[in-house]
Amino acid sequence: MEKQIKVNAIKNGTVIDHIAAGKALRVIDILNLKGNSSVMIGMNLHSNKIGKKDIIKIENRELSANEVNSISLIAPESKLIIIKNFKVISKSKLQIPDKLDHLIVCPNPNCITNLEKVKTKFKVVKKSPIVVRCLYCEKKYAADDVKVHI
Amino acid sequence: MENLISMRDLSKEETLDILKNAENIEKGRSLPNLQGKLAALLFFEPSTRTQFSFDTAMKRMNGNTIIMSGSKHTSQQKGETFADTLKTIAQYSDIIIIRSPIEGSARFAAEVVDIPVVNAGDGSNQHPTQALLDLYSIKKTQGTLENLKIGLAGDLRFGRTVHSLAQALSNFNVEFEFISPSFLQMPKNIKEDLLDKNISFEESTEIEGNINDLDILYVTRIQKERFADPEDFEKVKNSYVLKKNMLDDVKNNFRIMHPLPRVNEIDTEVDNTKYAYYFTQAKNGVFTRQSIISMLLGEV
Repeated sequence: MEKQIKVNAIKNGTVIDHIAAGKALRVIDILNLKGNSSVMIGMNLHSNKIGKKDIIKIENRELSANEVNSISLIAPESKLIIIKNFKVISKSKLQIPDKLDHLIVCPNPNCITNLEKVKTKFKVVKKSPIVVRCLYCEKKYAADDVKVHI
Repeated sequence: MENLISMRDLSKEETLDILKNAENIEKGRSLPNLQGKLAALLFFEPSTRTQFSFDTAMKRMNGNTIIMSGSKHTSQQKGETFADTLKTIAQYSDIIIIRSPIEGSARFAAEVVDIPVVNAGDGSNQHPTQALLDLYSIKKTQGTLENLKIGLAGDLRFGRTVHSLAQALSNFNVEFEFISPSFLQMPKNIKEDLLDKNISFEESTEIEGNINDLDILYVTRIQKERFADPEDFEKVKNSYVLKKNMLDDVKNNFRIMHPLPRVNEIDTEVDNTKYAYYFTQAKNGVFTRQSIISMLLGEV
Protein backbone atom coordinates (compact mmCIF):
# COMPACT_ATOMS: atom_id res chain seq x y z
CA MET A 1 0.00 0.00 0.00
CA GLU A 2 2.72 2.39 1.07
CA LYS A 3 4.49 1.89 -2.28
CA GLN A 4 1.37 2.77 -4.27
CA ILE A 5 1.06 6.04 -2.42
CA LYS A 6 4.66 6.98 -3.18
CA VAL A 7 4.73 5.94 -6.84
CA ASN A 8 1.39 5.54 -8.57
CA ALA A 9 0.48 2.41 -10.49
CA ILE A 10 0.40 2.69 -14.28
CA LYS A 11 -2.23 1.22 -16.59
CA ASN A 12 0.05 0.28 -19.48
CA GLY A 13 3.78 0.57 -19.83
CA THR A 14 7.09 -0.46 -18.30
CA VAL A 15 8.34 -0.52 -14.74
CA ILE A 16 12.06 -0.71 -14.02
CA ASP A 17 12.21 -1.96 -10.46
CA HIS A 18 14.95 -2.78 -7.98
CA ILE A 19 17.34 -0.24 -9.42
CA ALA A 20 20.21 0.19 -6.95
CA ALA A 21 19.46 3.31 -4.88
CA GLY A 22 20.80 6.45 -6.51
CA LYS A 23 21.02 5.12 -10.06
CA ALA A 24 17.52 6.08 -11.29
CA LEU A 25 18.61 9.42 -12.68
CA ARG A 26 21.39 7.76 -14.67
CA VAL A 27 18.83 5.35 -16.11
CA ILE A 28 16.49 8.24 -16.96
CA ASP A 29 19.40 9.96 -18.64
CA ILE A 30 19.87 7.19 -21.19
CA LEU A 31 16.19 6.65 -21.99
CA ASN A 32 14.65 8.67 -24.75
CA LEU A 33 11.65 10.08 -22.90
CA LYS A 34 10.82 13.07 -25.05
CA GLY A 35 7.44 11.62 -26.17
CA ASN A 36 4.13 11.80 -24.41
CA SER A 37 4.84 9.13 -21.81
CA SER A 38 4.26 10.00 -18.18
CA VAL A 39 7.26 9.04 -16.10
CA MET A 40 7.30 8.46 -12.36
CA ILE A 41 10.47 8.10 -10.40
CA GLY A 42 10.81 6.84 -6.84
CA MET A 43 14.15 7.07 -5.13
CA ASN A 44 15.51 5.58 -1.93
CA LEU A 45 12.40 3.49 -1.37
CA HIS A 46 12.47 0.69 1.16
CA SER A 47 13.21 -2.75 -0.32
CA ASN A 48 13.14 -6.02 1.59
CA LYS A 49 15.64 -7.48 -0.88
CA ILE A 50 18.25 -4.76 -1.30
CA GLY A 51 17.57 -2.34 1.57
CA LYS A 52 16.96 0.76 -0.54
CA LYS A 53 16.00 0.92 -4.16
CA ASP A 54 14.93 3.25 -6.95
CA ILE A 55 12.01 2.60 -9.29
CA ILE A 56 10.95 4.10 -12.61
CA LYS A 57 7.48 3.75 -14.15
CA ILE A 58 6.97 4.79 -17.75
CA GLU A 59 3.46 4.91 -19.11
CA ASN A 60 2.50 3.66 -22.60
CA ARG A 61 6.02 2.75 -23.57
CA GLU A 62 8.03 -0.41 -24.16
CA LEU A 63 11.81 -0.19 -24.18
CA SER A 64 13.95 -0.90 -27.23
CA ALA A 65 16.60 -3.62 -27.15
CA ASN A 66 19.29 -0.93 -27.04
CA GLU A 67 17.64 0.74 -24.07
CA VAL A 68 17.38 -2.57 -22.21
CA ASN A 69 21.06 -3.30 -22.95
CA SER A 70 22.04 0.14 -21.68
CA ILE A 71 20.12 -0.36 -18.45
CA SER A 72 21.69 -3.79 -18.00
CA LEU A 73 25.07 -2.07 -18.16
CA ILE A 74 24.49 0.67 -15.61
CA ALA A 75 21.87 -0.97 -13.35
CA PRO A 76 22.34 -4.71 -13.90
CA GLU A 77 20.48 -5.69 -10.74
CA SER A 78 17.18 -4.11 -11.85
CA LYS A 79 14.03 -5.90 -13.00
CA LEU A 80 11.91 -5.11 -16.02
CA ILE A 81 8.14 -5.39 -15.62
CA ILE A 82 5.65 -5.01 -18.47
CA ILE A 83 2.21 -3.79 -17.40
CA LYS A 84 -0.98 -4.13 -19.42
CA ASN A 85 -4.30 -2.96 -18.03
CA PHE A 86 -2.80 -2.67 -14.52
CA LYS A 87 -1.67 -6.31 -14.67
CA VAL A 88 1.89 -7.60 -14.69
CA ILE A 89 2.33 -9.33 -18.06
CA SER A 90 6.00 -10.20 -17.65
CA LYS A 91 8.72 -9.75 -15.09
CA SER A 92 12.33 -10.40 -15.98
CA LYS A 93 15.82 -9.91 -14.59
CA LEU A 94 18.06 -8.05 -16.97
CA GLN A 95 20.53 -10.15 -18.92
CA ILE A 96 23.92 -8.62 -19.54
CA PRO A 97 24.73 -9.28 -23.21
CA ASP A 98 28.18 -10.55 -24.25
CA LYS A 99 28.57 -7.77 -26.82
CA LEU A 100 27.44 -4.14 -26.83
CA ASP A 101 27.46 -2.63 -30.30
CA HIS A 102 26.94 1.08 -31.05
CA LEU A 103 25.98 1.74 -27.44
CA ILE A 104 28.98 2.89 -25.42
CA VAL A 105 31.12 5.96 -26.02
CA CYS A 106 34.75 4.84 -25.71
CA PRO A 107 36.40 6.95 -22.97
CA ASN A 108 39.78 6.75 -24.74
CA PRO A 109 40.23 10.02 -26.69
CA ASN A 110 42.83 8.34 -28.94
CA CYS A 111 40.47 5.51 -29.95
CA ILE A 112 39.51 5.53 -33.61
CA THR A 113 35.82 5.55 -32.64
CA ASN A 114 36.34 9.08 -31.29
CA LEU A 115 38.36 10.33 -34.26
CA GLU A 116 36.66 8.80 -37.33
CA LYS A 117 33.07 7.89 -38.14
CA VAL A 118 33.34 4.43 -36.60
CA LYS A 119 30.59 2.94 -34.44
CA THR A 120 31.77 1.46 -31.16
CA LYS A 121 31.86 -2.24 -30.38
CA PHE A 122 32.46 -3.48 -26.85
CA LYS A 123 32.84 -6.93 -25.40
CA VAL A 124 31.67 -7.67 -21.86
CA VAL A 125 34.73 -9.31 -20.28
CA LYS A 126 33.41 -9.55 -16.69
CA LYS A 127 29.82 -9.61 -15.54
CA SER A 128 30.11 -8.90 -11.82
CA PRO A 129 31.12 -6.14 -11.54
CA ILE A 130 30.68 -5.38 -15.23
CA VAL A 131 33.88 -4.68 -17.17
CA VAL A 132 33.85 -3.97 -20.90
CA ARG A 133 36.63 -3.92 -23.49
CA CYS A 134 36.66 -1.76 -26.63
CA LEU A 135 37.11 -3.94 -29.70
CA TYR A 136 39.18 -1.22 -31.39
CA CYS A 137 41.57 0.30 -28.83
CA GLU A 138 41.29 -2.80 -26.56
CA LYS A 139 41.15 -0.69 -23.38
CA LYS A 140 39.11 -2.08 -20.49
CA TYR A 141 36.61 -0.01 -18.49
CA ALA A 142 34.31 -0.55 -15.54
CA ALA A 143 30.66 -0.03 -16.49
CA ASP A 144 30.46 2.95 -14.13
CA ASP A 145 33.20 4.72 -16.09
CA VAL A 146 31.53 4.66 -19.51
CA LYS A 147 28.82 6.78 -21.08
CA VAL A 148 26.11 5.25 -23.21
CA HIS A 149 24.34 6.79 -26.16
CA ILE A 150 21.19 5.58 -27.80
CA MET B 1 44.19 -16.18 -40.03
CA GLU B 2 42.88 -13.44 -42.36
CA ASN B 3 44.57 -10.45 -40.76
CA LEU B 4 47.07 -9.83 -37.97
CA ILE B 5 45.67 -7.09 -35.78
CA SER B 6 46.22 -8.05 -32.15
CA MET B 7 47.93 -10.75 -30.13
CA ARG B 8 44.55 -11.23 -28.46
CA ASP B 9 43.20 -12.72 -31.69
CA LEU B 10 45.91 -15.41 -31.95
CA SER B 11 45.59 -18.83 -30.36
CA LYS B 12 48.68 -20.56 -29.00
CA GLU B 13 48.59 -22.92 -32.01
CA GLU B 14 48.42 -20.05 -34.53
CA THR B 15 51.29 -18.32 -32.74
CA LEU B 16 53.42 -21.47 -32.89
CA ASP B 17 52.53 -21.96 -36.60
CA ILE B 18 53.84 -18.46 -37.39
CA LEU B 19 57.08 -19.17 -35.47
CA LYS B 20 57.52 -22.56 -37.16
CA ASN B 21 57.06 -20.98 -40.59
CA ALA B 22 59.59 -18.27 -39.69
CA GLU B 23 62.07 -20.96 -38.68
CA ASN B 24 61.51 -22.80 -41.98
CA ILE B 25 62.13 -19.56 -43.88
CA GLU B 26 65.29 -18.78 -41.91
CA LYS B 27 66.68 -22.27 -42.44
CA GLY B 28 65.84 -22.24 -46.15
CA ARG B 29 63.35 -25.10 -45.84
CA SER B 30 60.59 -22.80 -47.11
CA LEU B 31 61.03 -20.24 -49.87
CA PRO B 32 57.74 -18.33 -50.32
CA ASN B 33 57.55 -16.64 -53.71
CA LEU B 34 55.60 -13.38 -53.75
CA GLN B 35 56.56 -12.33 -57.28
CA GLY B 36 53.91 -9.95 -58.58
CA LYS B 37 52.56 -9.24 -55.08
CA LEU B 38 52.50 -5.72 -53.74
CA ALA B 39 52.35 -4.66 -50.10
CA ALA B 40 51.10 -1.16 -49.27
CA LEU B 41 53.07 0.14 -46.30
CA LEU B 42 50.95 2.88 -44.76
CA PHE B 43 53.03 4.53 -42.07
CA PHE B 44 51.02 7.40 -40.64
CA GLU B 45 53.64 7.71 -37.91
CA PRO B 46 57.40 7.56 -38.53
CA SER B 47 59.18 4.27 -37.91
CA THR B 48 62.21 3.68 -40.04
CA ARG B 49 63.05 0.35 -38.46
CA THR B 50 59.68 -1.39 -38.65
CA GLN B 51 59.10 0.01 -42.13
CA PHE B 52 62.50 -1.22 -43.36
CA SER B 53 61.90 -4.62 -41.81
CA PHE B 54 58.58 -5.08 -43.64
CA ASP B 55 60.06 -3.70 -46.87
CA THR B 56 62.98 -6.15 -46.59
CA ALA B 57 60.63 -9.04 -45.80
CA MET B 58 58.56 -8.40 -48.95
CA LYS B 59 61.63 -7.98 -51.18
CA ARG B 60 63.34 -11.10 -49.79
CA MET B 61 60.34 -13.02 -51.12
CA ASN B 62 60.46 -11.34 -54.58
CA GLY B 63 57.49 -9.13 -53.71
CA ASN B 64 57.38 -5.37 -53.89
CA THR B 65 56.11 -2.46 -51.85
CA ILE B 66 54.41 0.90 -52.21
CA ILE B 67 55.06 3.20 -49.29
CA MET B 68 53.11 6.07 -47.79
CA SER B 69 54.87 7.84 -44.94
CA GLY B 70 53.22 10.48 -42.76
CA SER B 71 49.63 11.64 -43.07
CA LYS B 72 50.55 14.64 -45.24
CA HIS B 73 50.70 12.41 -48.31
CA THR B 74 47.14 11.21 -47.96
CA SER B 75 43.99 12.72 -49.32
CA GLN B 76 42.69 13.01 -45.77
CA GLN B 77 43.76 16.63 -45.69
CA LYS B 78 41.46 17.19 -48.67
CA GLY B 79 38.59 15.83 -46.61
CA GLU B 80 38.65 12.20 -47.73
CA THR B 81 37.61 9.78 -45.02
CA PHE B 82 40.11 7.28 -43.66
CA ALA B 83 37.84 4.48 -44.92
CA ASP B 84 37.93 5.84 -48.49
CA THR B 85 41.74 6.18 -48.36
CA LEU B 86 42.02 2.55 -47.30
CA LYS B 87 39.52 1.27 -49.87
CA THR B 88 41.39 3.06 -52.65
CA ILE B 89 44.80 1.74 -51.61
CA ALA B 90 43.32 -1.77 -51.40
CA GLN B 91 42.63 -1.52 -55.15
CA TYR B 92 46.36 -1.19 -55.85
CA SER B 93 47.81 -3.74 -53.46
CA ASP B 94 47.57 -7.33 -52.19
CA ILE B 95 48.16 -6.65 -48.50
CA ILE B 96 48.06 -3.54 -46.30
CA ILE B 97 50.60 -3.01 -43.52
CA ILE B 98 49.56 -0.10 -41.36
CA ARG B 99 51.10 1.92 -38.55
CA SER B 100 49.10 4.74 -37.02
CA PRO B 101 49.15 6.79 -33.82
CA ILE B 102 45.38 6.18 -33.55
CA GLU B 103 44.41 3.13 -31.49
CA GLY B 104 42.13 0.70 -33.29
CA SER B 105 42.99 1.96 -36.78
CA ALA B 106 44.31 -1.43 -37.98
CA ARG B 107 41.17 -3.20 -36.72
CA PHE B 108 39.05 -0.66 -38.55
CA ALA B 109 41.17 -1.03 -41.71
CA ALA B 110 40.60 -4.79 -41.66
CA GLU B 111 36.85 -4.18 -41.51
CA VAL B 112 36.71 -1.88 -44.53
CA VAL B 113 39.05 -3.60 -47.01
CA ASP B 114 38.86 -7.10 -48.42
CA ILE B 115 42.61 -7.79 -48.52
CA PRO B 116 44.72 -8.88 -45.52
CA VAL B 117 45.78 -6.19 -43.04
CA VAL B 118 48.79 -6.32 -40.72
CA ASN B 119 48.98 -4.02 -37.70
CA ALA B 120 52.46 -2.50 -37.57
CA GLY B 121 51.60 -0.57 -34.39
CA ASP B 122 48.50 1.40 -33.39
CA GLY B 123 49.18 4.10 -30.80
CA SER B 124 49.85 2.64 -27.37
CA ASN B 125 47.74 -0.41 -28.16
CA GLN B 126 49.26 -3.30 -30.12
CA HIS B 127 52.39 -4.14 -32.07
CA PRO B 128 51.82 -7.82 -32.80
CA THR B 129 54.64 -8.37 -35.31
CA GLN B 130 57.13 -7.07 -32.73
CA ALA B 131 55.64 -9.43 -30.13
CA LEU B 132 55.95 -12.35 -32.55
CA LEU B 133 59.54 -11.57 -33.50
CA ASP B 134 60.31 -11.31 -29.78
CA LEU B 135 58.73 -14.72 -29.19
CA TYR B 136 60.69 -16.11 -32.12
CA SER B 137 63.91 -14.69 -30.65
CA ILE B 138 63.17 -16.07 -27.18
CA LYS B 139 62.38 -19.51 -28.61
CA LYS B 140 65.50 -19.46 -30.76
CA THR B 141 67.78 -18.60 -27.85
CA GLN B 142 66.13 -20.80 -25.22
CA GLY B 143 64.84 -23.68 -27.37
CA THR B 144 61.41 -23.31 -25.77
CA LEU B 145 58.82 -20.80 -24.64
CA GLU B 146 57.86 -22.79 -21.55
CA ASN B 147 59.16 -22.56 -17.97
CA LEU B 148 61.18 -19.40 -18.53
CA LYS B 149 61.74 -16.44 -16.24
CA ILE B 150 61.60 -13.23 -18.22
CA GLY B 151 62.52 -9.76 -17.01
CA LEU B 152 60.99 -6.68 -18.61
CA ALA B 153 62.83 -3.49 -17.70
CA GLY B 154 62.36 0.23 -18.35
CA ASP B 155 59.19 2.08 -19.20
CA LEU B 156 56.58 -0.59 -18.64
CA ARG B 157 53.71 1.86 -18.37
CA PHE B 158 53.73 3.43 -21.82
CA GLY B 159 55.76 0.84 -23.76
CA ARG B 160 53.48 -0.83 -26.28
CA THR B 161 56.16 -3.44 -27.02
CA VAL B 162 56.31 -4.77 -23.48
CA HIS B 163 52.51 -4.87 -23.26
CA SER B 164 52.19 -6.96 -26.42
CA LEU B 165 55.06 -9.21 -25.35
CA ALA B 166 53.62 -9.84 -21.88
CA GLN B 167 50.33 -10.69 -23.51
CA ALA B 168 51.96 -12.97 -26.09
CA LEU B 169 53.94 -14.83 -23.42
CA SER B 170 50.88 -15.32 -21.25
CA ASN B 171 49.88 -18.24 -23.49
CA PHE B 172 52.98 -20.05 -22.20
CA ASN B 173 54.13 -21.11 -18.77
CA VAL B 174 56.42 -18.20 -17.87
CA GLU B 175 57.24 -16.04 -14.84
CA PHE B 176 57.87 -12.31 -15.08
CA GLU B 177 60.11 -9.86 -13.27
CA PHE B 178 58.91 -6.29 -13.96
CA ILE B 179 61.69 -3.77 -13.36
CA SER B 180 60.72 -0.09 -13.56
CA PRO B 181 60.46 3.16 -11.60
CA SER B 182 57.30 2.99 -9.50
CA PHE B 183 55.38 5.47 -11.64
CA LEU B 184 56.26 3.61 -14.85
CA GLN B 185 55.06 0.20 -13.64
CA MET B 186 53.21 -2.30 -15.81
CA PRO B 187 49.57 -1.08 -16.08
CA LYS B 188 46.98 -2.64 -13.81
CA ASN B 189 44.87 -4.00 -16.68
CA ILE B 190 47.83 -5.97 -18.10
CA LYS B 191 48.64 -7.36 -14.64
CA GLU B 192 44.98 -8.36 -14.21
CA ASP B 193 45.06 -10.16 -17.56
CA LEU B 194 48.18 -12.06 -16.45
CA LEU B 195 46.65 -13.04 -13.11
CA ASP B 196 43.53 -14.25 -14.95
CA LYS B 197 45.84 -16.64 -16.82
CA ASN B 198 47.68 -17.68 -13.62
CA ILE B 199 50.92 -16.04 -14.73
CA SER B 200 52.97 -14.90 -11.77
CA PHE B 201 55.11 -11.77 -11.66
CA GLU B 202 57.29 -9.81 -9.26
CA GLU B 203 57.99 -6.10 -9.39
CA SER B 204 61.26 -4.36 -8.55
CA THR B 205 62.75 -0.92 -9.06
CA GLU B 206 66.30 -1.58 -10.26
CA ILE B 207 68.09 -3.90 -12.66
CA GLU B 208 71.11 -4.67 -10.50
CA GLY B 209 70.57 -7.70 -8.29
CA ASN B 210 67.35 -8.71 -10.00
CA ILE B 211 68.62 -10.43 -13.13
CA ASN B 212 70.69 -13.40 -11.95
CA ASP B 213 67.86 -15.93 -12.14
CA LEU B 214 66.47 -14.66 -15.44
CA ASP B 215 66.58 -16.43 -18.81
CA ILE B 216 65.77 -13.26 -20.76
CA LEU B 217 66.06 -9.57 -19.91
CA TYR B 218 64.04 -7.37 -22.25
CA VAL B 219 65.24 -3.77 -21.90
CA THR B 220 63.32 -0.72 -23.05
CA ARG B 221 64.20 2.93 -22.93
CA ILE B 222 62.95 5.31 -20.27
CA GLN B 223 62.21 8.63 -21.88
CA LYS B 224 63.22 11.72 -19.97
CA GLU B 225 60.03 13.41 -21.17
CA ARG B 226 57.95 11.05 -19.03
CA PHE B 227 59.27 12.70 -15.87
CA ALA B 228 57.50 15.83 -14.68
CA ASP B 229 60.62 16.90 -12.82
CA PRO B 230 63.97 16.44 -14.67
CA GLU B 231 65.67 15.97 -11.29
CA ASP B 232 63.62 12.83 -10.70
CA PHE B 233 64.97 11.43 -13.96
CA GLU B 234 68.54 12.17 -12.91
CA LYS B 235 67.95 10.28 -9.66
CA VAL B 236 66.77 7.05 -11.25
CA LYS B 237 68.38 6.96 -14.68
CA ASN B 238 71.41 4.92 -13.62
CA SER B 239 69.21 2.21 -12.12
CA TYR B 240 68.04 1.35 -15.61
CA VAL B 241 71.33 1.25 -17.48
CA LEU B 242 72.60 -2.28 -18.02
CA LYS B 243 76.38 -2.50 -17.59
CA LYS B 244 78.82 -5.31 -18.24
CA ASN B 245 79.75 -5.72 -14.56
CA MET B 246 76.11 -6.53 -13.75
CA LEU B 247 76.40 -9.71 -15.83
CA ASP B 248 78.98 -11.54 -13.69
CA ASP B 249 76.50 -13.93 -12.09
CA VAL B 250 73.83 -14.33 -14.77
CA LYS B 251 72.79 -17.74 -16.08
CA ASN B 252 74.70 -19.23 -19.00
CA ASN B 253 71.61 -19.21 -21.22
CA PHE B 254 70.77 -15.61 -20.25
CA ARG B 255 70.14 -13.27 -23.21
CA ILE B 256 69.47 -9.54 -23.45
CA MET B 257 66.84 -8.26 -25.86
CA HIS B 258 65.81 -4.74 -26.86
CA PRO B 259 63.29 -3.57 -29.49
CA LEU B 260 65.76 -0.84 -30.61
CA PRO B 261 66.57 1.97 -31.07
CA ARG B 262 68.82 1.94 -28.04
CA VAL B 263 69.95 5.22 -26.55
CA ASN B 264 72.05 4.55 -23.45
CA GLU B 265 70.05 1.98 -21.47
CA ILE B 266 72.46 -0.79 -22.50
CA ASP B 267 76.09 0.15 -22.22
CA THR B 268 77.91 -0.52 -25.52
CA GLU B 269 80.43 -2.71 -23.62
CA VAL B 270 77.61 -5.23 -23.24
CA ASP B 271 77.41 -5.59 -27.05
CA ASN B 272 80.52 -7.78 -27.13
CA THR B 273 79.29 -10.26 -24.54
CA LYS B 274 77.58 -13.51 -25.51
CA TYR B 275 74.47 -12.27 -23.73
CA ALA B 276 73.75 -9.43 -26.20
CA TYR B 277 71.07 -10.52 -28.63
CA TYR B 278 69.37 -7.30 -29.78
CA PHE B 279 70.86 -7.00 -33.24
CA THR B 280 70.12 -10.63 -34.09
CA GLN B 281 66.65 -9.97 -32.71
CA ALA B 282 66.21 -7.24 -35.36
CA LYS B 283 67.27 -9.73 -38.04
CA ASN B 284 64.74 -12.23 -36.69
CA GLY B 285 62.11 -9.55 -37.35
CA VAL B 286 62.55 -10.03 -41.08
CA PHE B 287 62.02 -13.83 -40.91
CA THR B 288 58.99 -13.37 -38.68
CA ARG B 289 57.45 -10.75 -40.97
CA GLN B 290 58.17 -12.94 -44.01
CA SER B 291 56.32 -15.71 -42.21
CA ILE B 292 53.30 -13.53 -41.38
CA ILE B 293 53.00 -11.97 -44.85
CA SER B 294 53.41 -15.28 -46.69
CA MET B 295 50.80 -16.97 -44.48
CA LEU B 296 48.31 -14.14 -44.97
CA LEU B 297 48.82 -14.26 -48.73
CA GLY B 298 48.49 -18.06 -48.80
CA GLU B 299 52.00 -18.45 -50.25
CA VAL B 300 53.62 -20.64 -47.60
